[in-house]
Amino acid sequence: MVKPEHVYSMNARRYLVLLIVVIGSTLGDAFLSRGMKQLGEITFSRWDDLLLAISNPWVAGGTLLLVLFFTSYLSALSWADLSYIMPATAFGNVLTGLIARFALHERIPVTRWAGIFLITAGVGFIARGPSLTVKRTKHISASGEQPCKGEP
Amino acid sequence: MIMHHHIFELGFVIVLVLFNSWGDLLMARSMRRVGDVDALRTRAGIIGVIRAVLSTPLFYAALLCMAAGYFSLLTALSRLDLSVVIPAVSSITYLTTLLGARFFLREHLDLRRWAAGLVVLCGVILLALD
Repeated sequence: MVKPEHVYSMNARRYLVLLIVVIGSTLGDAFLSRGMKQLGEITFSRWDDLLLAISNPWVAGGTLLLVLFFTSYLSALSWADLSYIMPATAFGNVLTGLIARFALHERIPVTRWAGIFLITAGVGFIARGPSLTVKRTKHISASGEQPCKGEP
Repeated sequence: MIMHHHIFELGFVIVLVLFNSWGDLLMARSMRRVGDVDALRTRAGIIGVIRAVLSTPLFYAALLCMAAGYFSLLTALSRLDLSVVIPAVSSITYLTTLLGARFFLREHLDLRRWAAGLVVLCGVILLALD
């Protein structure tokens, strides 16, 4: 088995894409949660309410943000390892905490500050390492042809 | 009755963890097959990128998992307390996905990645505790 090469594939634009991943998923979840609270409980016998939920502006806005998150996330997964991106997405928890403290003026318990500190430290630590460690497959052609699996 | 409620919550957490982890793992694998989309876009344009993604069969399996996770989340949010479900799901999902990245995707987790991953996991658990 070939040892995987370590690639530093990040640049300024790609850090920005990761930032959109974090903000899109955090705000998207917050919007959805607010919209679903307005709609009330959805029971299994009235599951079709789920399809109507999209007409709520908070749910629609949240879904739009999650679509933005999704396309950025796909892009990120194409040039970086999942284990590299995961701590970055966990950074959304930090964002939620900061919003709660400074926008909603909630009291943040010391355990939560400790959690926020650990996630931030972990993200800073991993960002300095290689972002891609698995062997790249041959690039797919424009016609959508599948890449060959075996090396020649 | 209270017991029933907890079993219901636990069931939701397990379902969400499974869908979220497999959604991420399968999506990461399918995008690795597509290759670097920035390089692909310079060669084939945005249409070429969309075509490459849509012609990867694994993409649909990943999408199915993610969609199932999304609708389970919508249902969970409407009937359970967000502050209970989200932290529990995110901390357990974090661990299972990290293990999946190592053993399913075969990413090379050096000491730095493991250490950072575990530090972040501790942080996510601490947030889940309060």
